[in-house]
Amino acid sequence: MSTTAPERPGTRGRAVVRLGPASGRLRWRQVLVPATVAVAVVLLGAVGLGRGDFPIGVGDVLRTLVGLGEDRQRFIVLELRAPRIVVGALVGLALGLAGALFQTFARNPLASPDVLGITQGASVGAVAAIVLGGTSGVGGLLGGLGVPLAALAGALATGLLLFVLAWRAGIDGYRLVLVGIALWAVASALTDWLLTRAEVFDATAAYVWITGSLNARTWDQAVPLAASLAVLVPAALATSRSLGVLQFGDDTARGLGVRLVRAQTGVVLIAVGLTAAAVAAAGPIAFVALIVPQIAVRLTGGSRPPLLTSGLLGAALVIGADLLTRTVLPTALPVGILTAAVGAPYLLWLLVRGRRSTS
Amino acid sequence: MSSSTDAAPGAAGTAAPAAGGDRVRPRRGARPAALLLAGLVVLVAVTAALSIAVGTRSIGLGTVWQALTDPGLASEEAVIVRELRLPRTALGLMVGLALGVAGALTQGHTRNPLGDPGLLGVTAGASLGVVLAIWLLGVGTPAGYVWFAFAGALLGTVLVFTLGSLGRGGATPVTLALAGAALSALFFALVRAILVSDTDSLDSFRFWVVGALAGRDADVAWQVAPFLAAGLLLALLNAPALDLLGLGEDVARGLGQRIWLARLVGLAAVTLLCGAATAACGPIAFVGLVVPHVVRSVTGPAHRWLVPCSALAGAALLLAADVIGRVVARPGELQVGIVLALLGAPFFIALVRRRRLAGL
Repeated sequence: MSTTAPERPGTRGRAVVRLGPASGRLRWRQVLVPATVAVAVVLLGAVGLGRGDFPIGVGDVLRTLVGLGEDRQRFIVLELRAPRIVVGALVGLALGLAGALFQTFARNPLASPDVLGITQGASVGAVAAIVLGGTSGVGGLLGGLGVPLAALAGALATGLLLFVLAWRAGIDGYRLVLVGIALWAVASALTDWLLTRAEVFDATAAYVWITGSLNARTWDQAVPLAASLAVLVPAALATSRSLGVLQFGDDTARGLGVRLVRAQTGVVLIAVGLTAAAVAAAGPIAFVALIVPQIAVRLTGGSRPPLLTSGLLGAALVIGADLLTRTVLPTALPVGILTAAVGAPYLLWLLVRGRRSTS
Repeated sequence: MSSSTDAAPGAAGTAAPAAGGDRVRPRRGARPAALLLAGLVVLVAVTAALSIAVGTRSIGLGTVWQALTDPGLASEEAVIVRELRLPRTALGLMVGLALGVAGALTQGHTRNPLGDPGLLGVTAGASLGVVLAIWLLGVGTPAGYVWFAFAGALLGTVLVFTLGSLGRGGATPVTLALAGAALSALFFALVRAILVSDTDSLDSFRFWVVGALAGRDADVAWQVAPFLAAGLLLALLNAPALDLLGLGEDVARGLGQRIWLARLVGLAAVTLLCGAATAACGPIAFVGLVVPHVVRSVTGPAHRWLVPCSALAGAALLLAADVIGRVVARPGELQVGIVLALLGAPFFIALVRRRRLAGL
């Protein structure tokens, strides 16, 4: 399948791959990094199944997974811990991918669903449902939906608004970002205002939700999330080529045969969908979408955040942070606090060490 | 980029290749910028007058005038005008100036349209300072928060600048922006950890974080005034250097600019201005974020016009939003940060859609 060419100047660390008529350069870091991160996700997930308030040995976990364990262990592993880890991994995957899509599309390392208002839109929906639940009118309607659906509605509404308002014969990355910060401002103002109107007790519950938490997640959240990601993740990975070409600017992309409007629409809608699915399941777990793609691009090299590595790294970060909250910390903090507390210093370290200043 | 092509309609007649061809017409000339500056001065005066005259309680214009001109008058209305509305207007004016300028400088230094001063760690640092003050020391009034917020903002920006410039390339726009985002993430994680586990802290914090001019007495304005003045001075000094930096760091260096000094002065100005403003009123994101974009669409990217115009536009916007917030929700009032976002955002979106905003 492949032959490696003799090393030439400028090709260090890359192999030439030929497959029939197609050929290309392969950078080893772009294969090894995602592979390593994928292994890390599996390992963290496996450790997470065993660790917690009731530690269960590796052997017992394996026995339970193939259907041989005791009832009590089966309940803990399959009903309590497994859905939590699955939700965490999928949410991290979705947020990492969404962040990479937005950052690449807007050519801006800060453009993530957190900054473009989509997760804030979800927060408005959820906080409104928590705070206004039980009253009449819009609030009662949202309260009746339940928090996850209200969040989903908020995220999708904001995402579609972003899409429609940034649309003028195509979507320009710069305009997307500017419209996004305006929506961000409105949504966070509404959230802050709702929080000042709330009873203290409701405000605390809302605040925990805003931070993003995996507590008490069951298969009820995991299954719809997995179903939507089964569609959205392949779609996201399929945009990789046109995303790469879009980097060169609209005219060049059109010249290279990309259907511009379709490609732009696809990228934005997929990213909105990924974000909405993730926040509906676990709340807007903070900063994953912002930080992870930037860490990923610094690990793999290259000119833009790699999609697959960003997603995998997001999954690793979320379930790793969740493992920390469950095992190391004295009180169970929401996972959103730990993702930032772990991810941010790592990104800072990469920046300080930084050889590359590309976005 | 695009500005070189959109010549004014009147310029068509001058297209003939004149002998004195070296008289280049200024792009997006100084004239519209000067007009904008003059217009903004008037606008600030009008909004300041409105802010003194209009409030939750209706007071006749004659009474307001009497209260201002006759210090001996001791009626209830006169006290409201002198003790409440006047300091509040002064504070709004100062904070608006500061936030507009800080936004223009931040966007210039990070070369990122998302550059609001909060990006450089100011908001996150100030929030952490306030939360720690509430949680550890039980501080509970806006006047009590001021120094903690200011110290936090200072810490935040100093850390961002240090970490952002440690990398090999020095403080480039991308490393500054990313260091700011990462450090903000870290600080907010600490803030949230406290707020999630302590209900009393959340109860106080949620009223600070919306951003308001209400409930600040004259002392708060006096406390932050020196810092704002120093910050404005530094910002005006920094504007020409920022124009050179806009040509690229190599060109700027070639023209004799000391890059790190320019960055340091700019960051110091942003810290003083935005730190003091946030300390006084809580985080008000929208002004710094949006005002420079709007102003830039008239003045073009030259910071010698952009900085003063952003200052005045910020002040006018903040005062106007504050007045509206007092009127719409009588007998209560809506916090200025919320009014700004709800009214300003649709206007901003319309602007973004109508014309292609000048890039950074």
